[in-house]
Amino acid sequence: MTASMIAVENLRVRFGTQDVVKGVSFSVPRGGSFGMVGESGSGKSTILRAVSGLNADWTGRMEIDGVALMPKRGRAFFRRVQMVFQDPYGSLHPGQTIDRALSEPLLVHGIGDIETRILRALAEVALPSTVRFRFPHQLSGGQRQRVAIARALMAEPEVLLLDEPTSALDVSVQAEVLNLLSALQKSRNLTYVMVSHNLAVVAHLCPMIGVMQGGNLVETISAENLRAGRTQHAHTTELRALSVELEDPEEV
Amino acid sequence: MSSTRDWLLTDAPSSRRQAAWGRRYRRWLQFRTNGLAMFGLTVAVILILGAVFAPLLAPQNPGAQNLAMRLAPPSAQHWLGTDELGRDLFSRLLYGGRVTLGMVVAVVILVAPIGLLVGSVAGYAGGWADRVLMRVTDVFLAVPQLILALAFVSALKPGITSAVIAIALTAWPPYARQARADTLTIRHSDFIAAARLTGASGTRIVLHHIIPLCLSSMIVRMTLSMSGIILTAAGLGFLGMGAQPPMPEWGTMIATSRAFILAQWWVPAIPGIAIFVASLAFNLLGDGLRDVLDPRQR
Repeated sequence: MTASMIAVENLRVRFGTQDVVKGVSFSVPRGGSFGMVGESGSGKSTILRAVSGLNADWTGRMEIDGVALMPKRGRAFFRRVQMVFQDPYGSLHPGQTIDRALSEPLLVHGIGDIETRILRALAEVALPSTVRFRFPHQLSGGQRQRVAIARALMAEPEVLLLDEPTSALDVSVQAEVLNLLSALQKSRNLTYVMVSHNLAVVAHLCPMIGVMQGGNLVETISAENLRAGRTQHAHTTELRALSVELEDPEEV
Repeated sequence: MSSTRDWLLTDAPSSRRQAAWGRRYRRWLQFRTNGLAMFGLTVAVILILGAVFAPLLAPQNPGAQNLAMRLAPPSAQHWLGTDELGRDLFSRLLYGGRVTLGMVVAVVILVAPIGLLVGSVAGYAGGWADRVLMRVTDVFLAVPQLILALAFVSALKPGITSAVIAIALTAWPPYARQARADTLTIRHSDFIAAARLTGASGTRIVLHHIIPLCLSSMIVRMTLSMSGIILTAAGLGFLGMGAQPPMPEWGTMIATSRAFILAQWWVPAIPGIAIFVASLAFNLLGDGLRDVLDPRQR
């Protein structure tokens, strides 16, 4: 049994007077994936932002590889944990070429060998090397998301937090990016936490899925049980019914 | 020629430099379609070249007096006539451009980096740093520009240097406010969050990620405020607080010849027209640049 890479215990996040995350606990084994689904505003993205260190205003206990996390993270943390954002149109600096975006993490962490690392990173996410000196607005949404994934992987992290990485992409591109993510996970033994409102997307990548409702983790279910409809909580059943209805209207 | 064009417009540039120049060239192509802006650019370039090459272009010494030829109307010998001491107005206009436009450039170079830095740091840091920096900015913003400049110049000795410092002192707050507003709109964007997640320090994020994005609106504001600075510089000159006679400066030229405005109207009118043309040119240029550079207008 491998020790868990990510452990979150009783995480609470509060915006002003409102509790957005009300005591959530989960853990993810090294090399595993944990999916989180729920409606908009259920607190799933907020959890990711707390884990990633973007939001320092939380209480509870979070551990990465057995080391407790402080609200303020050091540079070493950002080498181990990286994040991919939902909107590939907003997550790349509009004034920087792809080359610049990819070399930034290397410069910050003082990693040398920039030239070969960038070429390797582009190849790894299946982008042609001709995009290297383009600006983000010259790329398609899918290409941009590949760049964002490549950037997250530049400093060779062990944990990748995925905040709806495919929801801004059209369906055919979604599948490509998901396949890329699962291939990368195998080749690099990455640990994923993935947030989505799309059950099919989460079930594709994650063997374990947490269902969020109103800031609470109401059910943790395996992808297998979810597919088979062996749900325990009413909200899970509801979400599942909705997604089945959307995917396959005739089946209902 | 066409290979340069291809090099600039390729969608697969092979270096950062090529990508940057390609983007600049595309912006230039867009700018070129704007007739008014091109007119402004042409006039501004002509004025600047005239000022830079004044010693070569001026037919006479701007200080050479000829009392026999005072207040002469425009003629073949004196293209724009002469002033009350018989000095050639065209030569004085060219040399005056050096002083007036030089003051404008000096003010902008002093002011833009300060405003940019204050505004972007205040916007990114937020909290008490933001409050302190912006209240200081507000104080400077609340003081009437010409009055503070006058007070400052009279406290020091009147002259170009004090005029430049005085104008700079009152001209930076709008730059800071603009930079802060720009910073606030991009501060919570995902690409800044991504930069924070690389582990970059606040200084690095402000210098490498935020300031480059504030730069284009800063350039636009610079060209648009140049006309205002020309007018303030000329106003200080007119009030005797800027350049001192016999140094030719457009505002001072109007001030010293204002007695002749009815009988020999061209003497004060010609520097006045120069001020008008320069202000208009920089305004048109700034408007054109805004269309090309400001992402919000697109």
